Amino acid sequence: MAMTLAEKLLARASGRAAVSPGDILTCAVDLAMIHDSGGPRRVAPILKRWGVGVWDPNRVALISDHYVPAVDDETRRIAEVTRAFAIEQKISNFYEAEGICHVVLPERGHLRPGMFVVGGDSHSPTGGAFGTYMFGIGATEMAGVLATGEIWVRVPETIEITFDNAFGAAVVAKDLMLFLCGRMGMDGGRSQAVQFSGAAIRKLGMQERMTLANMTAELGGQVGLIEPDDVTVSYLRAAGVTSGDVSTWRSDEDAERAEHHRFDAAALSPYVAAPHSPANSAPVGEMDPVSIDVAYIGACTGAKLVDLRMAAEVLRGRRVAANVRLLVAPASRRDQDMAAREGIMAVLEEAGASLLPNACGICAGYGGTLDEGVTCLSSTARNFKGRMGAASSRVYLGSPYTVAASAVTGRITDPRILLAEGAPR
Amino acid sequence: MMSGRAFVFGDGIDTDVLAPGIYMKLPIEQMAAHCLESVDPGFVASVRPGDIVVAGANFGVGSSREQAAEALKHLGVACVIARSFGAIFYRNALNFGLPVLVCGETGQIAQGDLLRVDPAAGRIVDETKGLEFAAQPLPDFLLQMIADGGLVPHLEKRFALRRA
Ligand code: SF4
Repeated sequence: MAMTLAEKLLARASGRAAVSPGDILTCAVDLAMIHDSGGPRRVAPILKRWGVGVWDPNRVALISDHYVPAVDDETRRIAEVTRAFAIEQKISNFYEAEGICHVVLPERGHLRPGMFVVGGDSHSPTGGAFGTYMFGIGATEMAGVLATGEIWVRVPETIEITFDNAFGAAVVAKDLMLFLCGRMGMDGGRSQAVQFSGAAIRKLGMQERMTLANMTAELGGQVGLIEPDDVTVSYLRAAGVTSGDVSTWRSDEDAERAEHHRFDAAALSPYVAAPHSPANSAPVGEMDPVSIDVAYIGACTGAKLVDLRMAAEVLRGRRVAANVRLLVAPASRRDQDMAAREGIMAVLEEAGASLLPNACGICAGYGGTLDEGVTCLSSTARNFKGRMGAASSRVYLGSPYTVAASAVTGRITDPRILLAEGAPR
Repeated sequence: MMSGRAFVFGDGIDTDVLAPGIYMKLPIEQMAAHCLESVDPGFVASVRPGDIVVAGANFGVGSSREQAAEALKHLGVACVIARSFGAIFYRNALNFGLPVLVCGETGQIAQGDLLRVDPAAGRIVDETKGLEFAAQPLPDFLLQMIADGGLVPHLEKRFALRRA
């Protein structure tokens, strides 16, 4: 029977030869990811009520990234509860202050094509970049998974989104997703399995693919899958993963898709989303050149090594406008170290950026927040009202290129204008 | 097997209609009093334990708030039948012990019809109209979880048995 990638992954996880949309299955979980915010402090009381521990400590990854660094008694207590859980449950895959969960997990070799993974965070579809079936669940369901190693799934339909040709200069994964959110709406993915395909997608590196898969959450899809290929294999090798087969994990040609959308990647320009929804998006050239107070390069979708490189390409030899604060929170310590070796961190600092810890930072208002009335252009994934701070703050979303260019001019700017001028001497 | 009166709704009943954002701070008893009021102001006053909610496409679409399912459960709704469901609501409902059935023919059921529903067989009988519809049956393990009252009590029972 012809199956899509999502169906093949669920067939493997449920131990069946074939599955179809609508089937309700019990799946064995290969890995459960939890973090300091939705993890131990929420699941530990439920496990205690049941009188059980985690089913397999080696299949759990615990990452402290939301309340990092601790700034007061409450956040210090959360850090303590998280550490105590790791010790008590013998979870050796515990990463504290190493970076954001969705970035740390693959960089430490925890994700492989074919795996079935659940995460206690809504951006868990990030794992789909590796051909992993990964989705987000709430704390109660996570407690169930940690106790049993199992979860039930209703097989979703597959929506395929193809981008032909190649993206133009300074058009990146963030632009593509803001375009899709505007085009299809925040529930355009209809809780289904979204699969990204086409020549333009295959040309993307792994971290760009992760941004794409991550924001499937904004599209409302359950998972955002990309077929693994040579690009995946070389990333995995660098992360120390040598096992895992990539050739099996692709959709059959004749498998049934509920919808198939096709776009020309070359026709896309940098996109910006206005407050207060990622779906409120338009090409940067059609946006009002709004003045900004804060430019934020951060989050799992916007501050990985590849994102820092984009920002540095614009900022090399330039300085941030006098009335703008540029904040950079590199998504992981490793990415920051690598960026430093490439000279990127020096470029950012010379441009006037302030450096924040390798954590979620102000993305969801954990590590500091935006003040009343502040306008921010951010490389993060969401701009819901009040998410990053005061309800009166206004958050626009754009790629790291667009955020960097706008930081220089002080208003929302098409990065291609600055890039075409070349680096000033 | 369950039977009750049908309360019929259209397409796209979202989580804000089921659990309005402005009442989210209230305890479930008070929040549930506003369930569905924006589309049917009389719903909460007339619904009785055992009644059945019938809807069109995408029932429960929207946010991940579990209260959307909890409110219906709290009001005593025995089951929701819809053409399709928002996937997070679908999970939350079953995990809260509220049966949800997917049926393509909900358009034929009218407000007040007396329904008989067998989730295990996937059978819906409209006694008022003398019609019978097929729904996707729920597998045994989910029926067991529903019977136990949802995921948390279900696992509690399972682990207690294991210790005994
Ligand atoms: S960086 Fe933002 S989107 Fe990513 S996990 Fe942290 S809070 Fe969520």
